[in-house]
Amino acid sequence: MMQPLRVLRSRTLVMPLANVDTDQIIPARFLTTTTNEGLGKQLFADWRYLPDGAPNPDFILNKAVARDCRILVAGRNFGCGSSREHAPWALVDYGIQAVVSTEIADIFSSNALKNGLLPVVVDEATAAWLIEHPGADVTIDVESATLALPTGASIAFPIEAFSRHCLLNGVDELGYLQSKLPDIERFEAERLCRH
Amino acid sequence: MTASTLFEKVWKQHEVVPETPATPAVLYIDLHLVHEVTSPQAFSLLRSLKLPVRRTDRTLATMDHSTPTLTDQVFGNVPITVDAAAKQVRQLEQNAADFGVELFGLRDARRGIVHVISPELGASRPGMTIVCGDSHTSTHGAFGALAFGIGSTEVGHVLATQCLLQRKPRCFAINVEGKLPPGVTAKDLILAIIGKVGVSGGTGHVLEYRGSTIRALSMDERMTICNMSIEAGARAGMVAPDEVTFAYLEGKPRAPQGADWDQSVAGWKTLASDPGARFDLSVDIDASALEPMITYGTNPGMVVPIGGSIPDSAGDAVQDKALGYMGFRGGEAMLGKPVNTVFIGSCTNGRLEDLEAAARVLKGRKVASGVHLLIVPGSQKIRRDAEAAGLADVFRAAGADWRESGCSMCLGMNGDTVGAGQYSLSTSNRNFEGRQGVGARTLLASPLTAAASAVRGRITDPRDFL
Repeated sequence: MMQPLRVLRSRTLVMPLANVDTDQIIPARFLTTTTNEGLGKQLFADWRYLPDGAPNPDFILNKAVARDCRILVAGRNFGCGSSREHAPWALVDYGIQAVVSTEIADIFSSNALKNGLLPVVVDEATAAWLIEHPGADVTIDVESATLALPTGASIAFPIEAFSRHCLLNGVDELGYLQSKLPDIERFEAERLCRH
Repeated sequence: MTASTLFEKVWKQHEVVPETPATPAVLYIDLHLVHEVTSPQAFSLLRSLKLPVRRTDRTLATMDHSTPTLTDQVFGNVPITVDAAAKQVRQLEQNAADFGVELFGLRDARRGIVHVISPELGASRPGMTIVCGDSHTSTHGAFGALAFGIGSTEVGHVLATQCLLQRKPRCFAINVEGKLPPGVTAKDLILAIIGKVGVSGGTGHVLEYRGSTIRALSMDERMTICNMSIEAGARAGMVAPDEVTFAYLEGKPRAPQGADWDQSVAGWKTLASDPGARFDLSVDIDASALEPMITYGTNPGMVVPIGGSIPDSAGDAVQDKALGYMGFRGGEAMLGKPVNTVFIGSCTNGRLEDLEAAARVLKGRKVASGVHLLIVPGSQKIRRDAEAAGLADVFRAAGADWRESGCSMCLGMNGDTVGAGQYSLSTSNRNFEGRQGVGARTLLASPLTAAASAVRGRITDPRDFL
């Protein structure tokens, strides 16, 4: 079961590059796992480690400023490409709880919400400010769906109502779907053999 | 009645509970395709909750992503090279047996890439909702189905309830008119569309491919188009079913038969978007002006006509990083650049017509010295059909490496990989950094361009050979 997520306060980790695809977040060769645990060490593996396995000192995750950051500020169209849920699993296992961008890919966003990872889509100006101020102390409030900058500015972001309910209460969607089984059975009976 | 789009009609027919401001729609799923990579965690969820697979009759499993393509490893007694992949294959066998799910296992004659086998069985049909834990599920939209990729948690939801919670996407019309010139294929068309729409232009939308060009395409070609909808960021891509669709499906093993067939076709004919249906976005493409296309960068939107040159980066960070990774510079011509590996296959271009196109170029010719041409059929059926049609003989005579079916070199997780720094001209769908192996440099193009480039060992305009 997910932990409830209500308020998240953290310094930001900034990766301004656009179109970071899920193959970068976790390369396919790590997808031979049959669990969803322990993937944080493979997060951004091909950028984070040198060919000999040593940490790449130029990559942001290997710098002291990255330590304990729980909010990732990313370039536009973060999480595009493959539907692998291993991408949010790796981010969450590493310690990231929210991704902020001007645009977040559909399947990634859907997968993220099911794992307590909050996708936060903001306007260009807010994203530009965040990218110019790496390490800024930011507060995200799920209930009011706002992101507060250290400047005092409060920016509203869109969040699907039911996903917010699930995050705030630490519940997943399956219980709700199961509560609809009588409707599902009725639907099946009405359109039996249609296809 | 207000005019509806194809997508809206299919969506409406599958709403168990419509969406409200507080809750997403409960959407019924007609067909759930399962493979070995994204399903283990979902079956574990069912086990932990002591839940069965609710509709085994609407669930079909196969193995493709991490499976080997070497005949010895598939059919012989040679162990699968990648240990973890072998474990994943065994895990799916166990899960399918425990939960009563139909599985086309490693040695099954019906096995293949999940998005290739379901259409060839006649299991993917117009008006259906189809999901799979794989983003290229959009392929099945070629039949006028609403088909989209989901994550492993959602795979669990569908296994347990046969439904998903979904917000309704918007509609995006891709209008394509004109005749594709010789040597310009469906792959070139979809690459041109992605180049125009952008890699996130379709986010939040379902694309509908429309117009005379699309109507003139075969089902194999329509599948190539719909397959790459996700590369434009779209949730799904669809083509309205028509006589081409019905002719493809008629007589397929799982297509309706007899009176059921006639009744089904009558229903399918009502699915096309109504005249005057409203699309949230639209774009127009002139197919007659297109050329063979090739990517130069690290996402499918970084694409140029094959005779073109690489755009200058003009200080763009994404472009700079991509060109650095690829070892290219702005202003360079694409034609004549050397290639080390050529891969023909994948759910994008691993169907029989793709192999026929490659054979047309390769017949009587040889692969250039030092180039590895890997040809991997999309399914075991396609492999048999290609053997029977003499295509495999053409490939072998040309010096190509002809394999068993699977995802193979599209993604480096099954032993088929491209080496660091090597150039791979690939008919697959993604040129992301490292997609085909750590440090691999991928150039996406059509099977014609791939075959022509394999012969010369350099990026070649396929029209030189036609």
